[in-house]
Amino acid sequence: MTDERDVVRVLDCLGRPCPVPVIELARALPTVRVGTVIDVLSDDAAARLDIPAWCRLKGQEYVGATPAPAGTAYRVRRAS
Amino acid sequence: MSGYFDAAAGLPLSAAGRQALLAALDDGWADPSRLYGAARRARLLLDGARESVAASLAVRPDEVSFTPSGTLAAHLAVLGTLAGRAAVGGHVVQSAVEHSCVLSATEHAAADVSTVAVDAVGRVDAPAFGAALRPDTALACLISASHEVGTVQPVAAVAAACHEARVPLLVDAAQSVGRVSVPAGWSLLTASARKWGGPTGVGVLVVRTGTRWRSPLPPDEREGGRVPGAPSLPLVLSAAVALESALTEADAEQARLRRLVDRLREQIPRTVPDVEVVGDPADRLPHLMTFSCLYLDGESLLSALDREGFAVSSGSSCTASTLEPSHVLAAMGALTSGNIRVSLSRETTEQDVDRFLSVLPGVVAGLRRDAGADDL
Repeated sequence: MTDERDVVRVLDCLGRPCPVPVIELARALPTVRVGTVIDVLSDDAAARLDIPAWCRLKGQEYVGATPAPAGTAYRVRRAS
Repeated sequence: MSGYFDAAAGLPLSAAGRQALLAALDDGWADPSRLYGAARRARLLLDGARESVAASLAVRPDEVSFTPSGTLAAHLAVLGTLAGRAAVGGHVVQSAVEHSCVLSATEHAAADVSTVAVDAVGRVDAPAFGAALRPDTALACLISASHEVGTVQPVAAVAAACHEARVPLLVDAAQSVGRVSVPAGWSLLTASARKWGGPTGVGVLVVRTGTRWRSPLPPDEREGGRVPGAPSLPLVLSAAVALESALTEADAEQARLRRLVDRLREQIPRTVPDVEVVGDPADRLPHLMTFSCLYLDGESLLSALDREGFAVSSGSSCTASTLEPSHVLAAMGALTSGNIRVSLSRETTEQDVDRFLSVLPGVVAGLRRDAGADDL
């Protein structure tokens, strides 16, 4: 798993429907260094499916999901 | 020309079905259970419709019951088998990609349900399905082919495993009947007339002889004791004639649709960036295909295509019918955003498909621009 110190940014997408969390992720990931990690915080039902699918389509690493105080944190590592 | 690309939801009534319906409105109004001339005429017509549907499905007439919908046929198949086999147990094995009418019936019955996962193209593993069967399994459910992504399921292998375990298999064949053959070996089958060009308001429930089944509803002798109330004779006749007609042309027509769907499957990823075509490319239903677009919501895409004259459906969340994304796409691990199912009918021409292919890239690009996602 990922060390918390590797998480360089948290995208707060609470209350925003898909595909907004994926759009925010696609916008943010190229701005961080390869190997670092972004958490997408979302309470949308489709994020659970579409964030891993985006990673698969874009060759990025989907690390996993962890429950957050509100919503779920979807962790993505920039692989390329 | 037709932009009606939602054949999987239902077809317009076929010419043969319409003719039969109009004739039967005058001829088949009497109660077939009575003992006078008009009733005997109605009885003959109902028997004829049952024999015709039985022949179309290669089963015995007394195994066929007509219901008011495909949904009710599926509900009765599930609930009646669970009632008939209550002594065996209450365990159900079902695929993760069953139609919601089957899922809601097993959930309603409070059955102990084992759900068999599917792979990335949406197909269950037959050995895994077989391994989920237990001594207390009362019912197994497998859709003939996915209504959302088209992937054909291993019905023959699963039927063999169920036979071995002495568990009745229910096959929801709504998308297959009238188009492609369904392998034998199942115990119950359900279908819906409007999916083959028959009228809305007719479902078919087939219970093979020897299958333990008990009506979950109050007793009524009609339809072999399986469906209370008199079926609509004109609708049933129309459905039977429409099925015969669909089967007469099925081989040529489904081959034609298969080629059109092949073209959609090939061209869409070439002309639309960031799109995922979902489902098995080869072992699939002939008439439907599904794709998902990154950065788009399904409802905007449905509306934009509607404005272009195309009627399609979507498994994305936040569409009019649901806030949850499609359970079929979810089970496959497929992208659910900007999801569109295209399903073609006998009305669909090559020109219709070409027009769709020419319109789609601009529609997607425009919506991405609106969403501020055109530069991603």
